[in-house]
Amino acid sequence: MVTDYFQPQRTIMLKPKIFIAAALTLVLSFGANAEDKFITVASTTSTANSGLFNAILPVFEKQTGIQVRVVAVGTGKAIRLARNGDADVLFVHHKPSEEKFVADGMGIERFDVMYNDFVLVGPKSDPAGIKGSTTAADALQKIAKTESPFASRGDDSGTNKKELSLWKAALLDPKSVSGGWYRETGSGMGATLNVASGMDAYAMTDRATWLKFKNKGDLAILTEGDPALFNQYGIILVNEKKHPHVKSALGQTFVDWVVSDAGQALINDYKILGNQAFIANAQPGS
Amino acid sequence: MNDISEAFATALQLLISFDPALFEIVGLSLQVSLSAVAIAVFIGLPLGAALALFKFPGRGAITILINALMGLPPVVVGLVVYIILSRSGPLGVLGLLFTPTAMIIAQALLISPIIAALTRQVVADLWVEYAEQMRSLGSGRLRAIPTLLYDARFTLVTAVLAGFGRASAEVGAVMIVGGNIDHVTRVMTTAIALEVSKGDLALALGLGIVLIGLSVSINAATYSVKQRAEAVWT
Amino acid sequence: MTNTTPIAANDSASEKETHAASNSSILPLRVSNLGFKAKGEDLLQDISFELHAGPRTIIMGPNGAGKSLLLRLCHGLLEPTSGTVTWHSNGTNAASMKQAMVFQRPVLLRRTAAQNIDYGLKLRNMPSAKRAQITDDVLNRTGLARFADKPARLLSGGEQQKLALARAWALNPDVLFLDEPTASLDPAAAHAIETIVQTMHDEGTRIIMTTHDLAQAKRLADEVVFIHKGRMLEQTPADKFFETPQCGEAAAFLRGELRW
Repeated sequence: MVTDYFQPQRTIMLKPKIFIAAALTLVLSFGANAEDKFITVASTTSTANSGLFNAILPVFEKQTGIQVRVVAVGTGKAIRLARNGDADVLFVHHKPSEEKFVADGMGIERFDVMYNDFVLVGPKSDPAGIKGSTTAADALQKIAKTESPFASRGDDSGTNKKELSLWKAALLDPKSVSGGWYRETGSGMGATLNVASGMDAYAMTDRATWLKFKNKGDLAILTEGDPALFNQYGIILVNEKKHPHVKSALGQTFVDWVVSDAGQALINDYKILGNQAFIANAQPGS
Repeated sequence: MNDISEAFATALQLLISFDPALFEIVGLSLQVSLSAVAIAVFIGLPLGAALALFKFPGRGAITILINALMGLPPVVVGLVVYIILSRSGPLGVLGLLFTPTAMIIAQALLISPIIAALTRQVVADLWVEYAEQMRSLGSGRLRAIPTLLYDARFTLVTAVLAGFGRASAEVGAVMIVGGNIDHVTRVMTTAIALEVSKGDLALALGLGIVLIGLSVSINAATYSVKQRAEAVWT
Repeated sequence: MTNTTPIAANDSASEKETHAASNSSILPLRVSNLGFKAKGEDLLQDISFELHAGPRTIIMGPNGAGKSLLLRLCHGLLEPTSGTVTWHSNGTNAASMKQAMVFQRPVLLRRTAAQNIDYGLKLRNMPSAKRAQITDDVLNRTGLARFADKPARLLSGGEQQKLALARAWALNPDVLFLDEPTASLDPAAAHAIETIVQTMHDEGTRIIMTTHDLAQAKRLADEVVFIHKGRMLEQTPADKFFETPQCGEAAAFLRGELRW
């Protein structure tokens, strides 16, 4: 009979009460963070992926005890977050959008922080022959003429808006042929570069992201140096009149520090593979 | 192929060296997903059991809806939760956005339909077998719920694992409501997405291997406990 | 078998009183013009009888006659399409708590044997000390004491059915319904079941049972209710029924000629 061999086993009872206690402990353990001093900064993936924040924020945090929580998304999303009051500080790189943000009363004041530049990358074989072009417009016209594949972010980010303004300045409308040689990935810089690398396409990227990017494949920088490729970063404190919960005092401390000599020096010191990534250009006396 | 072998090497190295960043991320991932599972179980088990046992107008529609919601896209859940928890949203005052709590809420919403739908099926099947005897003993449908859930405990464990699997694998919801903030809301999946966006595919894949390894371990442990227990409690 | 009665669950009268004699008994059962229809088909029609305290009633009939259906209607597991099932007490809730049923296949929870019995008692809001006492007692009396802490579903078929019966016994029901309780069991197990049923009868529980097994019916019946094609054809004391049944169908059935 089966039951003759049976040894009572008390260990394998699934006791519901134990599970409930464990579950409650787990969920409630998240309450602890409420009292930490921190601000939320909405910034962009390209800024974050450059590694700049990892370099300069620890210094600020040690000095002031304020934890800086960076939410890195596309410029459009970052601005939307700031508009909704989900961030205390906005730190992006599209001056027209930033100025509108302040003009709409959403931000207190805009300050220049630093700049770097955008570059055009493409396959080393360079089917469009853009290598050595002195202007972005010239390079883009060659790409359009040869209908060489071009990967665009297509995501309303600062980079994307910059890219579209360059096409416009070159009197071209690549969106009308989107899906053909002009491919909009609707993604961040890294994802777009992955796509470009995968299909040997041209793309526009900020230099910092490019320097750190590890999946370059067969791509290289083919056009650079045009002043039109200038990429300016700005910082804005969100207006507490619009969102009373915004941490204005702590946020102001951060903004002040970023444009201060100390902050600016740190930005200049930041190097990627031995190259300076950003050039600090905050106006003195602000 | 280079990337893949490099990925395995990376994964191994991270684990052996007890890389603190990795362990912090793994710890947070487990905390978030397990908490979400706990909440989803709390919601889904009674909901599924009630759907199985009680007849009411619209029951069919709700069942179809819950089954359909099993396939809810995580990014949609993330978006909805973001809109609700945003400072400009109805529950903005709670200040939950970009915290692990928001991630738990989003994941709990994501996996509750799975738990509820699977529970519903299990309890319905069990009720077919037990209904007469239980009613004879004097248990109505309401009183039967905890009994049936406990009796179905082994099958329900499978449902819970399915929910945990879905929670720990998703990136869309936690990315939007968590913000992938370093040391605060960065979990395995968002860390992987970040490394992909930086082009560091080997590291991304390495982290992916660690994540899969974690999932395999949890499932293996649960399976062996379950096998032994099930043999006893057929 | 010892002669001690299990501690009564709800009966504060002296141990010698039968269930039927106490005022709280739910008997007699009055079934009046009972009918049950499913999918447009009449499965039971126009059934009327009374069951008073005392005799063991065996409901007999060929396959598909409606015996199991009748049992379920009496026990309240199904609602009749027409007619009434009336117990002695006024509220149906009280009546249902004083009945128990054992089915052809035992339905046991994924718990130990003792916990299965405990479950039924818990449903009657009994305090835990008393539950433990009754559980022990009933396990002893059915010879299942050594399996108390074993998973119920690991027991053999016969032991499981004994457990189902023990569970019913623990509830101290006024009426016990049994639907072909030994149909799936070997003769030894069947005998064990019959012995327990006999003891319960001796202690005052009203037995209402269906069976296919003529020999078993002859052993156990005091009274036979004969059902054929959804109609009740006879309600006769047992010895008379087996010797000289009143209707032709019953006679044919006893000869083994009536299949359905």
